[in-house]
Amino acid sequence: MSSRPELQAPPEIFYNDAESRKYTSSSRIMEIQAKLSERALELLALPDDGVPRLMLDIGCGSGLSGETLSDSGHQWIGLDISQSMLNVALEREVEGDLLLADMGQGLGLRPGVIDGAISISAVQWLCNADKKSHEPRLRLKAFFGSLYRCLARGARAVLQVYPENIAQRELILGFAMRAGFAGGVVVDYPHSSKSRKEYLVLTCGPPSVSTALPSGKNEDGEDWSDEDSEDEENQTVCISERHRPRKKLKLTKKTKGRQWVLNKKEQKRRKGDVVPADSKYTARKRKARF
Amino acid sequence: MRLLTHNMLSSNIKGVSNGFPLRLDVENSVSKEVEFNPDFLRNMFSKIDWKALVDAARSMGYAELPEEAPDSSMLDSDEFLKKFHHALLELHLDEGALICPETGRRFPVNKA
Ligand SMILES: C[S@@+](CC[C@H](N)C(=O)[O-])C[C@H]1O[C@@H](n2cnc3c(N)ncnc32)[C@H](O)[C@@H]1O
Repeated sequence: MSSRPELQAPPEIFYNDAESRKYTSSSRIMEIQAKLSERALELLALPDDGVPRLMLDIGCGSGLSGETLSDSGHQWIGLDISQSMLNVALEREVEGDLLLADMGQGLGLRPGVIDGAISISAVQWLCNADKKSHEPRLRLKAFFGSLYRCLARGARAVLQVYPENIAQRELILGFAMRAGFAGGVVVDYPHSSKSRKEYLVLTCGPPSVSTALPSGKNEDGEDWSDEDSEDEENQTVCISERHRPRKKLKLTKKTKGRQWVLNKKEQKRRKGDVVPADSKYTARKRKARF
Repeated sequence: MRLLTHNMLSSNIKGVSNGFPLRLDVENSVSKEVEFNPDFLRNMFSKIDWKALVDAARSMGYAELPEEAPDSSMLDSDEFLKKFHHALLELHLDEGALICPETGRRFPVNKA
């Protein structure tokens, strides 16, 4: 795999005319994006009544993801920060309306009007600070806050993301939860480094039966929350460059003791958050070599 | 851009307290035929700000919508639904701008 596009240039520069064209003429990319979009639409779990909905495609690019929405009969509004990508979408005469906008500044939409949102391979871009004025945490907060507001109560957003590492995934998920969403991460093909895909499945409104998380594809009967607690163990090793100070904070929290951690986990569970099961490893002391 | 989208957008420029509706500056509008789907229209109806839709349609030269917000019994009338459909999905702002009602900032709109 070549280096991540996210690390090469800001999105509106990386997706210039040439790259946008290249992106949209690769049959491999078209196929992957279509598959991801179909899966996202499935995870949205819209009522099975054949009624077309008003959907949002965040980071819609040249419209590969939006086309899946059109194919299912839905109306959609797409937004993207790259004019070049949107130009390709216009050329391809996609059916959605296209907006040139930066999701990191929040979505300018009326409250409660959107029936469902998808975002395919885009939200991880928010973790970068591409300009001096960019503060990833503020941008994530603005994005998720505005996404929560514009969705109808009970509506879902499914965001397929490529986090650079576990810290980044936690960062994104954390801001989604803080905005009020219920839900978590669904991982398809968790054991394959190539096919592994992550979807944030978020439901707007208070937790209920409908906010229970669907299971990922090919989980091999393994409970994904188990996997998650493994991840938590790894976190101390996977310190990302960008979030080093924040990581330290997390570590000091851990010294609060097992009972404190158990209480916190219980609190989160009551809120409907997805929390790994308690085990003998929960909040145990770590070896000094970390 | 369709009036469906115009009806959903609200200016979120810092300091703006009510960014809806965005004013329309229409240089050119076009009409494109779209498949009629009453279910979609019934689903959307409660979310539409009626006055904003009527005003926007009129600024694009379409004055067939009832001025007063119709009650939901109208959703059984094919004649009404057809007009609603045309205004919401078939009229496009092709060239022009959306204007923030408080700051006056212009967001250019081009090509459908
Ligand atoms: C890998 S492409 C995916 C495009 C499309 N969703 C698809 O499936 O083909 C990622 C897109 O995210 C967009 N993007 C990145 N950061 C963004 C931001 N802050 N606001 C809006 N779009 C952004 C990029 O411009 C790019 O078009």
